[in-house]
Amino acid sequence: MRLDHTAEDEEFRARLREWLAVVLPKLPAKPSPADWPGRRAYDAGWQRALYDAGYADVHWDATPARRLIFLEETEKAGAPYVGANFVGLLHAGPTIAAEGTPGQRDRWLGPILRGEEIWCQGFSEPEAGSDLAALRTRAVRDGDAYVVSGSKIWTSHAEVADWCELLVRTDPAAPRHRGISWLAMPMDAPGVTVRPLRTLAGSTEFAEMFLDEVRVPVSHRVGAENDGWRVTMVTLSFERGTAFVGEVVACRRTLGELARAARANGRWDDPVLRRRLGRLHAEFGALWRLTQWNVSEAAGAGVAGSGVAGVPGVGGSVFKLRYSHARQELYEAAAEVLGAGSLDLDREWVLDRLSSLSYTIAAGTSQIQQNIVAERILGLPKGR
Amino acid sequence: MDFQLTEEQRDLRAGVRDLLAGRYGRDALRAAVDSGPVVDRRLWQELGGAGFFALRLPEAAGGVGLGMPEAVLVFEEAGRALLPGPLVATHLAAGLVPGAAEGRAVVTAYDFGAGGPVAYLAESDAVLGAAGPVTGEPVASVDPLTPLSRVAGPGVSPYRSGGFGGLVDEGALLTAALQLGSALRTVELAVEYARTREQFGQPIGAFQAVKHLCAQMLVRAELARTAVYAAAVTGDAAEIAGAKLLADEAAVLGARDCLQVHGGMGFTWEADVHLHLKRAWVRAEQWRTAAEAEELLAAELLGVE
Ligand SMILES: Cc1cc2nc3c(=O)[nH]c(=O)nc-3n(C[C@H](O)[C@H](O)[C@H](O)COP(=O)(O)OP(=O)(O)OC[C@H]3O[C@@H](n4cnc5c(N)ncnc54)[C@H](O)[C@@H]3O)c2cc1C
Repeated sequence: MRLDHTAEDEEFRARLREWLAVVLPKLPAKPSPADWPGRRAYDAGWQRALYDAGYADVHWDATPARRLIFLEETEKAGAPYVGANFVGLLHAGPTIAAEGTPGQRDRWLGPILRGEEIWCQGFSEPEAGSDLAALRTRAVRDGDAYVVSGSKIWTSHAEVADWCELLVRTDPAAPRHRGISWLAMPMDAPGVTVRPLRTLAGSTEFAEMFLDEVRVPVSHRVGAENDGWRVTMVTLSFERGTAFVGEVVACRRTLGELARAARANGRWDDPVLRRRLGRLHAEFGALWRLTQWNVSEAAGAGVAGSGVAGVPGVGGSVFKLRYSHARQELYEAAAEVLGAGSLDLDREWVLDRLSSLSYTIAAGTSQIQQNIVAERILGLPKGR
Repeated sequence: MDFQLTEEQRDLRAGVRDLLAGRYGRDALRAAVDSGPVVDRRLWQELGGAGFFALRLPEAAGGVGLGMPEAVLVFEEAGRALLPGPLVATHLAAGLVPGAAEGRAVVTAYDFGAGGPVAYLAESDAVLGAAGPVTGEPVASVDPLTPLSRVAGPGVSPYRSGGFGGLVDEGALLTAALQLGSALRTVELAVEYARTREQFGQPIGAFQAVKHLCAQMLVRAELARTAVYAAAVTGDAAEIAGAKLLADEAAVLGARDCLQVHGGMGFTWEADVHLHLKRAWVRAEQWRTAAEAEELLAAELLGVE
């Protein structure tokens, strides 16, 4: 059990820190959340800067230390987070690295790393959320293409995406988990319509997507035909297992800021609030250690030849359950620090409080994660 | 960074588990509950012989020369087995009180905070930090295997003011490790029961309400595990306080949920669940309470940039 870093890794940290100190002051101003083209350009620009400096693939690096150091340092320095690159960098890319052909890796991984192409995730449908295998969007083979029709919903970043990791039903006669395929669909293909959906935070984070006889080349299928459920499990493992770890560092920073704000406005004198913040400090500290544990565990089994770390295990569900809850508790504590100020949307942390509500729903609800933990880790019988 | 157990650490843990299963299995546990709380001196010496107390003493001083991560793994197993006795205090006394390292002496401590009771006072040869003999009046202890005594005088450990690297931190961390073992064991007990007990024509573990209780038990125990292991590696006082806080929570809530999963059986003396719960309550009051840990962590928060 080691938590210290090698001299080379510490050198990596020092270089990164130096680089951040130079580039961050030159960064353009952050666009408003409603300005999608602006956000896309901003996130793409940051990814390109990382690429040029040799840091673009750090999320895929098979050595856990580098990745975690990167997350720590970028967060501490207040650097931009992955933003619109979330899906491409944190789960579509790693899935293609793990399951794609060499040709597919060549086609898609480079543009993701250079920030040239943005991905979205077309899994959920109006009638298939938690019960993802109930999806109905169908793909019928026509020569060297699939003709795709159906609809998707809650598709984050769909407005600005170039590609969609799309789940389709390729064999309606097969048992529901066996007739699904995983496709990379170009978002500019004829027949794709995106209609923004407003979230409770007032933003348009996600969208509905209507697919009307969209032609997707058969060569864009990742994994075998009708084997898409297995590929999906790989995608979900990355999504639940590693995609949120960077945010833990951000939460720890927020917690420190909350404590200082509470001291400034006198609420720190309330022992109930103070103890609540103290407990959250323990919580986020332990979540960061859990991350280090999970990432160390997955590092053993890297994806051969891809330079990509191994598929995270179901331990990711343990992390996601606790983290999504802790994040909501953090912003409830923030509201307590703000008092009536928490009703002002322009105040810091108020939008975060609203958006934290999605964490126990998106990427698999807490109820579904608890089923997964109970059945796959604890071995309890399936049932109702 | 490789935050996983090494081969040697896995072997150590497995070895201790085997030793305790053979020497203090369920029958021994229940026999101890029936006969009342007297420390089994022969077992104590066997533990001493196995290096339980001298684990962290340097080899030059007749110890095993291992570190806090190894001690935590050993205490995790003791917690799983519900091994009674002032294990933490005697371990801390190794090298300070003659005979403690070898398990010839049973040593307790003022680990309950000002005015709190002392555990195993009548069974112990010494109280850590006390200049002379200590006497007290027995208290009707909630835990059948942890006798408690009310003592006259301050009843405060001279070490309790100790900061970084002090005995209090070490005591808190080892107690957290005991809580962790208990928490992991109650997950197992709940899951075993949920898989076999049938109602409405199926195992109760197939019902989501039961599944979700079990899943949350595991989540709390796993978070406590990484917190305890990490604190053992860093030795950081705030991280130790956090580990104690999370391990107390995992043990206490884990035992309560385990009791719920056992239904009416869980409320009986026969089921072991109550023993885990009562011990978890005792340990939650030892070395660092939740209130102390939270205040310490809150204070540290203001220093974090
Ligand atoms: C901010 C945000 C972003 C999202 N981004 C994307 C995206 O980019 N791409 C994408 O494909 N999807 C996305 N989603 C969709 C998300 O994956 C689904 O909302 C989620 O899987 C839940 O499905 P649902 O909304 O249909 O809820 P439902 O499945 O209808 O669930 C409703 C309630 O019932 C409970 N429930 C359902 N089934 C069970 C069960 N078996 N046992 C116990 N309880 C159950 C749920 O826990 C929930 O509380 C996003 C969602 C949010 C909120």
